Amino acid sequence: MALDLIESVGRRTTGVVVTFGDFWRFVGRTVLILFAPLRMRHVRAVLPQMYEVGVRSVPVVAVTGAFIGMVLAVESFTQFKAIGQESRLGSIINLSVVKQIGPVLAAVMLAGRIGGALTAELGTMNVTEQLDALRVMGSDPIRVLVVPRLVACVLLTPVLTIYSDFLGVTGGWFISVQTLGIPDEAYWLASARSVDIWEINEGLVKSFFFGGAIALISCYKGFTCGAGASGVGRACTESFVASFIAIIILNFFFAQVAKDWYLTIYGVQSIFAQ
Amino acid sequence: MPQPLIEFRCVRKRFGRLVVLDGVDLRVLPGQSLVIIGASGSGKSVMLKHIVGLLRPDAGEVYFDGQRIDTQPERRLLVLRQRFGFLFQMGALFDSLTVGENVGFPISEHTTKTPEQVRQVVAHKLRMVGLAGMEAKMPAELSGGQRKRVALARAIALDPEVVLYDEPTTGLDPVRADVINELIVKLKRELNICSIVVTHDMNSALRIADRIAMLHEGRIIFDGTPAEIQSTTNPVVRHFVTGEADASELAALGVEKRNAAGGAMPQRWNLNAEGRP
Repeated sequence: MALDLIESVGRRTTGVVVTFGDFWRFVGRTVLILFAPLRMRHVRAVLPQMYEVGVRSVPVVAVTGAFIGMVLAVESFTQFKAIGQESRLGSIINLSVVKQIGPVLAAVMLAGRIGGALTAELGTMNVTEQLDALRVMGSDPIRVLVVPRLVACVLLTPVLTIYSDFLGVTGGWFISVQTLGIPDEAYWLASARSVDIWEINEGLVKSFFFGGAIALISCYKGFTCGAGASGVGRACTESFVASFIAIIILNFFFAQVAKDWYLTIYGVQSIFAQ
Repeated sequence: MPQPLIEFRCVRKRFGRLVVLDGVDLRVLPGQSLVIIGASGSGKSVMLKHIVGLLRPDAGEVYFDGQRIDTQPERRLLVLRQRFGFLFQMGALFDSLTVGENVGFPISEHTTKTPEQVRQVVAHKLRMVGLAGMEAKMPAELSGGQRKRVALARAIALDPEVVLYDEPTTGLDPVRADVINELIVKLKRELNICSIVVTHDMNSALRIADRIAMLHEGRIIFDGTPAEIQSTTNPVVRHFVTGEADASELAALGVEKRNAAGGAMPQRWNLNAEGRP
């Protein structure tokens, strides 16, 4: 009994370590191929992926961004009003949207929409031997399938984040100024004092890495999925969960690093100081 | 003895606790049509995948054209594989591409042909498999037999030296299966390529093969001509060739054997002097 338990724990631990190592080998090969010379047909293969990742994700990112801005305004207003600081509402809404919620929510929505689709597509190709067919034709499936998807995700996640930020800011403004009656000028003045190019760049830089993480995890899960429809389904779920966890962890580290750099360069800048 | 094009030396492969190949030795000569037969799950497809390096042996060696391939890195294998054509059991056509794009894919990938030249080669290959003018169709619009013929056209797109067929007639009705058999024989005759066919369809094996090898419990237990397999005394081979379940297999189903074979092999085929149907 005890031996079985130890064996089971050992086998699971080994499995996790092997999968982790295998994933980083996959990432390494992808990065090597990414910087190898590409032919025009490989560059052209990125365009349909950009359409899929970028254009078709606009509605979901737009709706999410706009409503999050609106919710932040609704939830914060009462507390800010209680301390007589409702005119500063724009600072907290826009800072939250641009630094954290915009990039993270856009990435999470992409992980659900694109990550699931990538894993399902590549997983189906895997179980129907299309990946093996590519290999036996002398083509590297990573170059043909993974690199265009990675490039599309890395380039367009920041663009979608800008879109999400813009609609979050607009949604927050609409509720704060048009519905809750905060003066327009005071709202934007507070926003301008707390959000500068550093905050915007912080959100965009991490969205670049979020896009990379979503593409690599989703493609890896597709390439290694189990047999049959259940294998593909399980891989899609695992892909979303792993992407989500990666986004949250990356976000924490980016927040920590960005804060340390900011404090080193500018020192503490309270949004309530001015 | 001529230099073999493909050679297995004491190849062993296991998946978990399941031993699939247990010391396989096999030599395939240039231009030869070898059919590997064996029960479902006996490791025939695993053997094929070892030839192109999709799987690597746990022990033993695999050679292609004098080069050991089981130790080659993937980068080198990608180059070597351009000398092979591989027909997958279910075709493995790229379902997001048209028939023409599927057949043209390896040509665009590995040659410097212009799009017009690629179109000409695709049209020629599709004519060879009897599917002229089907370039614009999507794989989903094709029947099972047509999908296999398109996959075959793709497999020969780069004029390979060896074509590997994984269960080419599985899932097809007898007439369509016969079309595929004839196509394999025709391609071998016209292109003089080495063919290795994995199947458990004896009718197909006898029609295609110069030589038949049988894989059983991880080993090659028979290696001979179609005529020799008809007269073999090996009971396992005879049992497979006649295609009759034995008493123990039927007993597991609670069914009694109705017509116990006395020893003479049933004449299921009208064979010519070469032992072919």
